[in-house]
Amino acid sequence: MTAQGWLQIGIYLAVLTALVPLLGGYMARVYQNQRVFLTPLVEPLERLVYRCLGVDPEQQGQDWKSYGKTTIVFSALFFGFLYLILRTQSAMPLNPEDFGAGPWDLSFNTTASFVTNTNWQFYGSETTLSYFSQMFGLAVQNFISAAVGMAVLAAVIRGFASRAVEELGNFWQDVTRSVLYVLLPISILGALLLVSQGVIQTLDGAYGFKTLAGLDQTLALGPGASQVAIKQLGTNGGGFFNVNSAFPFENPTGFSDFVESIFILLIPAAATAQFGRMVGRRRQGWALYVAMLAMLIGGIAVSYGAEQNGSPAQHVAGIETAAANGTTGGNLEGKEQRFGIADSTLWATVTTAASNGSVNSAHDSYTGLGGAVPLANMMTGEVVFGGVGSGLYGMLLFVLLAVFIAGLMVGRTPEFLGKKVEVREVKLVLVGVLVVPLLVLFATALAVATKYGAPSLSNPLPQGFSETLYAYASQANNNGSAFAGFTGFLQPNAPGNAGSYTITFANLLGGISMLIGRFVPLLAALAVAGSLAAKRPAPVGLGTMRTDSPTFVVLLVATVLIVALLTFVPALLLGPVVQSLTTQLF
Amino acid sequence: MPLRKDMARSAIAVIVFSLLLGLVYPLVVTGISQVLFAEAADGSRIESDGRVVGAELIGQDFGGRPRYFQSRPSATGYSADVTYFNNLGPNNRELSRYFAEQLAAYLKREGPYNRGLTRADVPVDAVTTSASGVDPHISEANARIQARRVAAVRGLRLDRVRDLVAENTDGRFLGVLGEPGVNVLQLNLALDEEGR
Repeated sequence: MTAQGWLQIGIYLAVLTALVPLLGGYMARVYQNQRVFLTPLVEPLERLVYRCLGVDPEQQGQDWKSYGKTTIVFSALFFGFLYLILRTQSAMPLNPEDFGAGPWDLSFNTTASFVTNTNWQFYGSETTLSYFSQMFGLAVQNFISAAVGMAVLAAVIRGFASRAVEELGNFWQDVTRSVLYVLLPISILGALLLVSQGVIQTLDGAYGFKTLAGLDQTLALGPGASQVAIKQLGTNGGGFFNVNSAFPFENPTGFSDFVESIFILLIPAAATAQFGRMVGRRRQGWALYVAMLAMLIGGIAVSYGAEQNGSPAQHVAGIETAAANGTTGGNLEGKEQRFGIADSTLWATVTTAASNGSVNSAHDSYTGLGGAVPLANMMTGEVVFGGVGSGLYGMLLFVLLAVFIAGLMVGRTPEFLGKKVEVREVKLVLVGVLVVPLLVLFATALAVATKYGAPSLSNPLPQGFSETLYAYASQANNNGSAFAGFTGFLQPNAPGNAGSYTITFANLLGGISMLIGRFVPLLAALAVAGSLAAKRPAPVGLGTMRTDSPTFVVLLVATVLIVALLTFVPALLLGPVVQSLTTQLF
Repeated sequence: MPLRKDMARSAIAVIVFSLLLGLVYPLVVTGISQVLFAEAADGSRIESDGRVVGAELIGQDFGGRPRYFQSRPSATGYSADVTYFNNLGPNNRELSRYFAEQLAAYLKREGPYNRGLTRADVPVDAVTTSASGVDPHISEANARIQARRVAAVRGLRLDRVRDLVAENTDGRFLGVLGEPGVNVLQLNLALDEEGR
């Protein structure tokens, strides 16, 4: 590890922390329906959307059941629409490369992936999808799935903040305001910043020419920047190119890399400050931020250290992996020179801490320990920042669990923000916290124990197991990053995808995991909020346990880690741990 | 709220948001980009003698020709329209063999021009595949080694080649962010210019 590397990481964390109260305060005002500086610009458009939808947000507050039902119906219709687009791609416009329609199982997986804010990619973007499918299908879902997460979070926070009022807000208003006041303006700004660095943004088709050495090269082009901006901001992560943000047309410079990494954590991190303001206890928001930040920094340090040390494959081959004058050293296999080790591992940690999943390096080629960090980040249930909206509502479930455990230890009725946490809430919390880990283990076991899992693998033995575990951890937790050797779609380089075939088992099991992993915790969080909303907060007394103190931060971090460790240690031993303990090649 | 009403509103929402976010947003961004940053938006293409020979940001294979600086190894043969990772794991025997081959090839190519060049001197970027498969850069250490060969083959002074390397090195943003790298295509173009 180099001082230069840590300086970059330090600057990143400082800028992120500085942005948290700014954007968090802004988002709190947006969801409390107050005026913000964009109101004069956006309000006419907002009114127009309400008129189209026939909504009068002032009149129509929803309780948690109604809010949850609308969320499901809304997501289901978008699901059907995206599936239709992918299946009829060949008949749609803006398809300069004449790509065929998606196979049913791959389209199901991709649709589930984008509707659930996962953005897992079994398909190869630039060799499978037309500009129309990318723009009108996937990019729309990048916004919508993010907005759904943010809306549900706003509703959940209102439940924590309310004083015995059952209504959690209006879904239509929350979604519309998420899109118009937060996602869209920042995306436009971000997209233009990225184009200035060299990210492509055109409707022209691919461009072929002879290189300097007289070889053929073809540049795949397209409306990249508009898609990349929202894929980072909305913790989506589905790349415009198959190799995602490692490709120079998605991420050309050290500066674009910095902007994109900030975008990945921006909204999930700011949500902590949004929470603090909306419940009227800013210190509580900071406590949550610090807990998340501590786990993030731990992950960065481990991953950076492991990758800088190099891999067994390098050492056996006799490669010198120390950093020296003019070379980064370390495990640069599957990494770009312009990002080196520090920015690659920072990104790997950040993108899996948030449920983003875009990559600027190839995670499959990370060392055992370096690759275990992204895996562990996902196994903590995507609550170390996590997805937009979903990260914080997931973390709030852990907060209630920590409060409950603390309450048991000191023999007092657990309380959070003055509201008693009782049997009903704890049951719902456990559903929200445990369903996803169980799903990961079940799906991984099913894949490795039957013959159906093997066709997806690209590496043998422990790495093959890690690929499977990573795939289902990623999909069930709605992250979308991959040990990309694992596949559900094999695709030779041929016109119109002739000769490609899908692995139905991987597509279906992955798709189902994503849907359960998204909607069960979402409904559990809404139900908890609904149940808390009905309670009248008790005044703070001498006996109240403080939930914004350093002690509580430690307790919260410990709760998150213990749940993850108890669930996943045996599985981790079989993959990453074996690999980092041995210099053996397989 | 009755289910039917939710369905009807969702259907309208699909249309409204798809038009706004799937059409208006990307087209507006495309329009502004094409006005403000037309070259970058179209892929930063580089012309030489009136024909396009590459893109500034996309690396190329220089086919081992001794008069050119060579790019990093690539899993995709520098394909810019079908991209994928190498995806071999850290303990993969095949990968280790690949590294050993790359290392031997590098020493064989550069050794005759760099007396005493050993395995320990070979920088990691020279023997590992990049993530994108089209990494436009090599490390400064890698360029220092290759400079001797290029200077000898082209009959240029080593100092001149080193100057060109320095001119075509993309530094860190604000001196801090990212890693410095030598843009191989631009460097080779500059060398060809030099020869005229």
